[in-house]
Amino acid sequence: MVLMQGNEAIARAALDAGVRFFAGYPITPSTEIAEMMSVELPKVGGKFLQMEDEIASLAAVIGASLTGVKAMTATSGPGFSLMQENLGYAYMTEVPCLIVNVMRGGPSTGLPTHPSQGDVMQARWGTHGDHPAIALVPSSVLDCYRLTVRALNLAERFRTPVILLPDEVVAHMREDVTLPEKIDVCDRELPTVPYEWYYPYDDSTTDVGPLAPVGTGFRFHVTGLTHDRAGFATTVPAEIDRAVRNLKRKMDRFRREIIQVEHWNLSDAEVVVAAYGICARSAEAAVREARDRGYLVGYINLKTVWPFCFRLIQRVAETARAIVVPEMNLGQLVREFDRAVCGKTQVVPINRVDGEAITPRQIVDVVTELARPGEES
Amino acid sequence: MAEPRELNPSELMHEYLRPKKKFPHLWCSGCGIGTTMGAIIRAIAECEVDRDRVVMVSGIGCSSRMPVYVDFNTLHTTHGRPLAFATGIKVARPELEVIVVTGDGDVAAIGGNHLIHACRRNINLTVICINNSIYGMTGGQASPTTPQGKIATTARYGDFERAFDLCSLTAGAGASFVARGAVYYARQLEKLAAQAIRKKGFAFVEVVSQCPTYFGRFNKFKSPVEMLYWQRDNTVNVKAAPKMAAEELEGKLLRGVLADHEYPEFTELYDKLIADLAKEGEK
Ligand SMILES: Cc1ncc(C[n+]2csc(CCOP(=O)(O)OP(=O)(O)O)c2C)c(N)n1
Ligand code: SF4
Ligand SMILES: [Mg+2]
Repeated sequence: MVLMQGNEAIARAALDAGVRFFAGYPITPSTEIAEMMSVELPKVGGKFLQMEDEIASLAAVIGASLTGVKAMTATSGPGFSLMQENLGYAYMTEVPCLIVNVMRGGPSTGLPTHPSQGDVMQARWGTHGDHPAIALVPSSVLDCYRLTVRALNLAERFRTPVILLPDEVVAHMREDVTLPEKIDVCDRELPTVPYEWYYPYDDSTTDVGPLAPVGTGFRFHVTGLTHDRAGFATTVPAEIDRAVRNLKRKMDRFRREIIQVEHWNLSDAEVVVAAYGICARSAEAAVREARDRGYLVGYINLKTVWPFCFRLIQRVAETARAIVVPEMNLGQLVREFDRAVCGKTQVVPINRVDGEAITPRQIVDVVTELARPGEES
Repeated sequence: MAEPRELNPSELMHEYLRPKKKFPHLWCSGCGIGTTMGAIIRAIAECEVDRDRVVMVSGIGCSSRMPVYVDFNTLHTTHGRPLAFATGIKVARPELEVIVVTGDGDVAAIGGNHLIHACRRNINLTVICINNSIYGMTGGQASPTTPQGKIATTARYGDFERAFDLCSLTAGAGASFVARGAVYYARQLEKLAAQAIRKKGFAFVEVVSQCPTYFGRFNKFKSPVEMLYWQRDNTVNVKAAPKMAAEELEGKLLRGVLADHEYPEFTELYDKLIADLAKEGEK
């Protein structure tokens, strides 16, 4: 067992999972990740770059990843805003990479040293155009480690940028953790065909096509313009349609593989608390206390916020009287809950934007109000 | 496949262009970008770089469309950011020959910050900036190199702002190698591009080019040829300049190598650090 900080666990996991390139720009509360990577990467033959801004950071990460190297960056709100254009480029060109966005209070410079969960929708829709998104949210230091490995695996597996969204509390808190002795690491698939046969955006199979490292003989073209399967810009309506839909299709097809949700006590639950990040820790304490006091309460911790776990929430809506959604924002992911339940059950938000974390007490109060023990026959 | 050096100029061009699908190209007739592309291809062939190792990276603009047509590893990125993408590629894989093709708007307006930091960082990259003094792709708006008083669609009354001298800018920011060529002097341009490729360190080549469709039309040039004559009459070979009188040089742009220094190169320093740390680890 070791005492470890969330940001430190993220850096450790990245190194263990094979990240060998980091480019970033300092910003609280994510800076420890960059600092640790700058020390550790050269020791394992990797490269660290402090760029002139976050736009350049993500650009460098995408460039490095295209050469076949596992690459990442870490930032916070203002920097994440600057990354949005190149994030879209990574979605469009289908280049794996990891973006850690440690959420602090916003908008703008907001609250550099206080937590928030205000970037959940930005992680989904921050860049322009229709695009898929994978975003994972850790709620403990151990999660920081495990979900960083998982985020990198998903990025490589599905040829896409993946966003890790810790909040400031999770990133800065220290916990005793026992790191896994062995981790499963996924590396991107490489082409096995002769050079002339290679299509970087091949969609002829149901799986994700391989990505050839730049400089290994394939000499393909990469562009942010809407492209055909060879990677060249197209203005043919059928090809455009296919290109845009393919990005979404990839995510839809592998939803089950991507979505990871922890839940318990759902089967008899009258009220379910569904939370993510540090709120899930408060939710866990609240649900335990309510259960101890005889209330039928269930627990959901969304380790994956994007894609959203619609199916699970639809099922919960069939049986639960209410779903409580605590968020350190003014109600972002709660909209997805509303969409999923279609009025079948009550969705009750708990929101906090004063730079403090939502407490178990706040959640207990709401839950015990909604689920009165013994009242139902 | 024949050795590129044995090919005649036309064969050489065809050897390095992408044959399928991508032609005709989108450049207007009389545009300087195609001539520059020819010079770059000849320079790469002259340097005998294995084309599998060449990565051409561009931003957004008419100039930045060049990677579409050439048979290298090619990357058409976001507006202004090619240097940052190229930085990632080169640092991750220093053995690749990374050539950035960009425009005046791309590299000096939206990408200006990346440019000065790339000069300072001194990574072994080659940058060819096709300076046509205008935003061609978006229809002729003013750029940071539009000369004061000249007309653009967003400067109908003449541009108030002073133009950047891209070579002074990059030299001042610490580039290892700075050169200026012109489309009219395509042979010299080819030599400068080859020197830039061979240079170990950050190398910047400005190409004085023409956009007859917008800059030319708005600023009373009757034809592309007239714009080429302007380049002939308003640029001076830097080697000839010392022998010329101050009045003769007044308002003229210098062509040739304008800065050439030996500075420690970033990826070499980094590789040395990795080796040193590995040695320490063994102890
Ligand atoms: C972020 C962003 N802003 C604006 C544009 C629109 N845009 C495309 S090309 C261009 C200017 C290109 O000028 P230059 O680099 O000089 O290239 P040229 O077309 O003259 O070769 C602009 C403003 C864009 N694509 N992206
Ligand atoms: S608009 Fe100008 S720069 Fe663009 S292709 Fe035409 S002539 Fe060249
Ligand atoms: Mg231009």
